[in-house]
Amino acid sequence: MKTRSMSARSKSRFLAALEMTVLSMAKVRGVVAFVAALSLLALQASAQVTAERLLNSSKEPQNWLMYSGDYAGHRFSALDQINVSNAVTLVPKWAYQTMAGGKFEATPLVVDGILYGTGQDDRVYALDARSGRPIWQYQQTLPADIRPCCGRVNRGLAILGDKVFVATLDAHVIALDSKTGNVVWDATAAEHAKGYSFTLAPLVIKNLVLVGVSGGEYGIRGFIEAYDAATGARKWRFYTIPAPGEPGHDSWEGDSWKIGGSPAWITGTYDPATNTTFWTTGNPSPSNRGEGRAGDNLYSNSLLALDPDTGKLKWHFQFTQHDEHDYDATQVPVMIDDGDRKWIAQANRNGFFYIVDRTNGKLISATSYAKVSWSTSKDATGRPLPDKAGAPAPDGNRVCPGALGATNWMSPTYDPQTKLFYVTAREQCDIFSTAPQPYEAGHAYYGSAYFPNDETQPFWGALRALDPATGKLKWEWKHTSPAWAGVLSTAGGLVFTGDAEGNFIALEAASGKVLWHFQCGASVFASPMSFAIDGKQYVAVAAGSALFAFGLP
Amino acid sequence: MAKLGEYQFRSNCAFCHGLGGRGGGRGPDLTRAQKHHGNTDGELFHNIHDGIAGTAMPAATNGGIGVGMSDEEIWQVITYIRSVEKKASAAETGDAAHGKELFYGATGCGTCHMMNGKGGRLGPDLSSTGASRSVEYLTESLRNPSKRLAQGISEPLKDFSEEYETVTVVTSDGTKLQGVVLNEDSFTVQMLDTREQLHAFEKVKLRSYVKTRESLMPAYDVKTLPDKDLKDLIAFLLAASEKGGGQ
Repeated sequence: MKTRSMSARSKSRFLAALEMTVLSMAKVRGVVAFVAALSLLALQASAQVTAERLLNSSKEPQNWLMYSGDYAGHRFSALDQINVSNAVTLVPKWAYQTMAGGKFEATPLVVDGILYGTGQDDRVYALDARSGRPIWQYQQTLPADIRPCCGRVNRGLAILGDKVFVATLDAHVIALDSKTGNVVWDATAAEHAKGYSFTLAPLVIKNLVLVGVSGGEYGIRGFIEAYDAATGARKWRFYTIPAPGEPGHDSWEGDSWKIGGSPAWITGTYDPATNTTFWTTGNPSPSNRGEGRAGDNLYSNSLLALDPDTGKLKWHFQFTQHDEHDYDATQVPVMIDDGDRKWIAQANRNGFFYIVDRTNGKLISATSYAKVSWSTSKDATGRPLPDKAGAPAPDGNRVCPGALGATNWMSPTYDPQTKLFYVTAREQCDIFSTAPQPYEAGHAYYGSAYFPNDETQPFWGALRALDPATGKLKWEWKHTSPAWAGVLSTAGGLVFTGDAEGNFIALEAASGKVLWHFQCGASVFASPMSFAIDGKQYVAVAAGSALFAFGLP
Repeated sequence: MAKLGEYQFRSNCAFCHGLGGRGGGRGPDLTRAQKHHGNTDGELFHNIHDGIAGTAMPAATNGGIGVGMSDEEIWQVITYIRSVEKKASAAETGDAAHGKELFYGATGCGTCHMMNGKGGRLGPDLSSTGASRSVEYLTESLRNPSKRLAQGISEPLKDFSEEYETVTVVTSDGTKLQGVVLNEDSFTVQMLDTREQLHAFEKVKLRSYVKTRESLMPAYDVKTLPDKDLKDLIAFLLAASEKGGGQ
């Protein structure tokens, strides 16, 4: 009690001091300065991230309020201080070392000068975004029996009010106080020892925190769910595999639905106009073996349109039916508006660039943007169909794209200025083998394996600029080897991306011309973002074990 | 048991060790009876369970990277490996002493390759190659070296190792250099030229930069290297590495 009253007293003293500053400023500079100072006061005194602010994120381009920057999933920054004419002068401003090993896949948030980020092993931190100096740090204590398939990774946070939300490898959803890093609530979503985990950045819609589960390599039953941001109470859960009696259940053989995977491990998007949230799902389990799960295996590898208030499914579109190549559709579903056309654009792991009408889930186009051999035919709606000949075989079967996909979880970007969609493409074919594997809870369950085809030329990658209206390639910039970096576009006419060799690169969005690059010292395994503080624009990206911030000299 | 082990092997091991355990570009050939990091069941179990420090061999645990195997499954894999092992040492099929003479003499291998500290630097060090590669792989490397290029530096987090590609550059002052790529990215190249000089260049500053997958190593056909000599050379590679590998 004593502490609280002291703190309240010092707070009121602080506000009184601020008020005096405001008054003196008003005397000197007049009414305009007074109003400006008042709004500054309001911002600093509350610094609350409201649901309203999230909806209007485009009005505060200095902040990066959610994983993809906005609800549309554009990963576009309206900041233009760094632009095609001065990008060549970019310099590193600071680096923050997590000192953790493995892949650093996170995109940080920035709110009013404070950067909130995550790192490997489920660590969370708040930094002074101007200097990179830490303000608080949180480390989730991870049990020994967690089941991350692909590294102890985390991709970031969501924020609402004075809380940031992290979803962890031991299948917890946790709210941390944004000023202290203290745990406000901690919800257990599922049993981590059975293969359930979280790797994605949550998505806040209104008062709810939405997450989707990882674990497609462990025979989980996937789900997307929502928690009350204030209390941590679960409000709804949508299983990505229908139960008996539900539509789509007959797309699974026998009891295979119970262990059919279909995780949802990348952050969704949200259309407030129709109150619809779009999520994508991953592979059916076991990933490289279709035997025992005959059928389309709904809603694996699908785009789902959900009501964010209830979790009710409005419609679905399945990209890859009865997948045997690990073609998770877990790429951010990007909302594109062109006149009265309302689209979802997705460059899918299976090698096709899909445009789907987001009002009804109908396919508009599917165009290959990388080498594809798993499908050579399309159905009446234009949806690519899997070839029987491409199924994994005991002695191996070469299929393109390989299991890691023509792209993967790294974010694409949509630039409303160039009207182009930019994606990191990977040109790698794999040999898919298969073998029977009994299901055992918590044990890897993928029905054999894939490996790169050594007989072919070296694998490579490219940043590709695609025109959503035609599906056609506008330009590409070749990477030396397949890359794992996402893409950011900015109003400065730039796109930023990275490569496996450790370069962080700025290119002209219109032409693909490289304007600047910086060697980070280890592979860029994350998607960049941008923010501003003191009127100065920064571009940030994770590479190796460090988060780097770049700016003009 | 061996069949179950084969399934486990395909899922967990074939990515590097190849289908059938015959080795790929990444992991050693496991059909060799003599294994570089230990031959007993206990050593194999330990190597699979805990990984091999200082190599790309990961631990087969569930908590870390990779999806993992249970102890029982590791034993199934060992049973499978035993079932595909060739009992006789391939070294016995040739004359290692004559192979050594050829290596440092007529075939000129030692001009570019080092064996236990002696030889050239342009090609990969072969001190432990005999312990990790199949006879078929070694034969192919001699007869058709461009088919599968040897691997060089592996960087953490990078999916693929650099390969021994051939590079020819012309510098801004007109100097022409040929050699092997030690490493490369979109903007720079690090190379060793045929005179064993290290060079590092920014690609934009070069007048010309040409890279090929045609190995600098000559292809030894049956005329230049009759089958018997080839066997002797391989016997030397195997014997040298069985004696003590890369010491």
